Amino acid sequence: MKKLLRAGFEHIEDGFDVLFGPKWNPFYQLGALGWFYYWIVIISGIYLYIFFDTGITEAYQSLDYLTYEQWYAGGIMRSLHRYASDALVIMMMIHLLREFAMDRFRSSRWFAWFTGVPMLWFVFSAGITGYWMVWDTLAQYIAIATTEWLDTLPLFGEAIARNFLSDTTLSGRFFTLMVFLHIALPLFLLFIMWIHIQRHASPRVNPPLELAAGTFIMLLVLSIAKPALSNAPADLATVPAVVGLDWFYMSIYPLLDYVPGLTVWILLVTATALLLLVPWLPPGQRNPVAVVNLDNCNGCSRCATDCPFSAITMEPRSDGSAYEHEAVVDASHCTSCGICAGACPTATPFRRRSDLSPGIELPDQPIKELREKTITASARLIGNDRVIVYGCQNSLNPEEMAGTGAGVVTMPCIGMLPPSFIDFVLSKKLADGVFLTGCRAGDCYFRLGIKWTDARIAGERDPRLRQRVGRERIGNFWAGLTRRKDFFRELAAFRMRLKNLASSQPEKQPPPAASENDREITHA
Amino acid sequence: MPELRYIVGQVIAFTLFAIGLGYFSNSPTYTHHDPEMALIKLSFSHASQHKEECRRLSPEEIAALAPNMRRPMDCPRERVPVLVEMTMDGNTLLRKSYAPTGLAHDGAASAYEKIPVTPGQHKLTVRLRDSNRDEGFDYEDGININLVPLQQFVIDFRNSSFQFY
Repeated sequence: MKKLLRAGFEHIEDGFDVLFGPKWNPFYQLGALGWFYYWIVIISGIYLYIFFDTGITEAYQSLDYLTYEQWYAGGIMRSLHRYASDALVIMMMIHLLREFAMDRFRSSRWFAWFTGVPMLWFVFSAGITGYWMVWDTLAQYIAIATTEWLDTLPLFGEAIARNFLSDTTLSGRFFTLMVFLHIALPLFLLFIMWIHIQRHASPRVNPPLELAAGTFIMLLVLSIAKPALSNAPADLATVPAVVGLDWFYMSIYPLLDYVPGLTVWILLVTATALLLLVPWLPPGQRNPVAVVNLDNCNGCSRCATDCPFSAITMEPRSDGSAYEHEAVVDASHCTSCGICAGACPTATPFRRRSDLSPGIELPDQPIKELREKTITASARLIGNDRVIVYGCQNSLNPEEMAGTGAGVVTMPCIGMLPPSFIDFVLSKKLADGVFLTGCRAGDCYFRLGIKWTDARIAGERDPRLRQRVGRERIGNFWAGLTRRKDFFRELAAFRMRLKNLASSQPEKQPPPAASENDREITHA
Repeated sequence: MPELRYIVGQVIAFTLFAIGLGYFSNSPTYTHHDPEMALIKLSFSHASQHKEECRRLSPEEIAALAPNMRRPMDCPRERVPVLVEMTMDGNTLLRKSYAPTGLAHDGAASAYEKIPVTPGQHKLTVRLRDSNRDEGFDYEDGININLVPLQQFVIDFRNSSFQFY
């Protein structure tokens, strides 16, 4: 089911890539958009709070004042508050479903999933208390339905729905409670959101400026075109028979008319418990985590900087070496992506004088093996368009790629590929070109693999690909699962370019593979 | 400079998103009560009489108690259930017993009932029993009302008498 879901998402995202481009694709920015909507809700909420009066009639009147007399500011703020809250629910639900479909919750990644689930309760509770505060007929319905539902729990001696029997028994203090809850719940939510991203290095909490601008303009236009309005004032002597529900927050309410309230509680609590347990149902396969080889670790901290899950810390040296620090892997955070090995300057295939054992690597997929696989894959290549394809294990099937006549080498994440391997392949003439593929651009399974790889090749991030390497012999296509045809087309075009290069350029000897990448790391 | 097609793409996608957002934020409407009907709500929170009378303890029984818990009377805390009967124009709308709350069944009995009724002129009678008696009721009251559609008519029981509003 998950594969189907993932394929479904990727097909939809293909469409959004066409509309938005990979950089702005909202599906790759769901969490960041959630944060963005949250801040809109908070800022607009602070403005509304300045003018909001707590009281049975005052609450409604103060919102009417904002909506009609101050429509240009308060009215728009009120609408932004509502629509951003609705958009937050949409983003949150798609984010949850997508992370499930993409299998990004198992093993060490349980933490973000587990801390994300309680947010559902906080977001829905905060939204419902917000509607309650307006004290119009919808609020009346929500207040009565919610308290009746709460009364099905064996917690309250006296039915709390009795507070809403008539206007004469309704207390103004109830609005004070609602205001308190409506402020406290989002603050708790913020706290959990902060915890939610604690295990992510460079968490994406801000969408790209263009996407943020687009979504904000959308909310603004909607706020002007269809402002959020109150219904008629609440009147407890009359039943609000027909209500215009905000379905993003109140979908559960109609169910309460058909299913006993206690059953709905049991369903919700069970669903929440199951969601919380999803990472362990069944437990995912745990691959061996990265190991540090202190003999080759000079404490440069590149692995710690590049680790997408904050699994590596730099600690004082424990082996008496002259270097100040050493990398230490927290096994409970490590996702076995191998990006640390790709960042390690000692992971260079040019090393000849000693065994190829970098400062950090995955024990089950060592860098030495990557070099052997590269050499083996290149051995059977012929012609003047020989290509080594480096791919990640979360995208296209390697066998399918090998069917194109290219030499294929895969690894957990493309970020595991040290850039010196590209230099190695081209300078040793193992192939005429190197083609990189993996997850979709902007949506790396291990979060930052593609980003770091692009930056390393562009010479913007350590370890950099050396300047001498001809960039025209490097191609990439971030395919994901579903863009098979595009991948094969891009690969064929790349090979054609290599053929053209071969025919247009006299054969040159590559410059000697020397200097930095060849240098052995020696230790005191 | 962003490509024009991406800007056009954003406009199309955000327009559709805004339409969905604007529509489902208060539509379609939901009817949770028949607009042709009125509603009677019967609700109270009432502590009934104790199930058993207080009993004076014998000197031997008092002596058997821990020194700090000695008392002359033994008063069982458990209360009797509250029985309520409501009739409209002679027809029974509700007859139900409400157990006292609390682990020791010593709290108030709480009721909260919603009964949709046809609008019009009606005679409502409510009776309540909160004692150990087997027959009859301890409280009874009635009212002639003219209910209109969507009217919510509340019957409460406070300070040993029925309240209608």
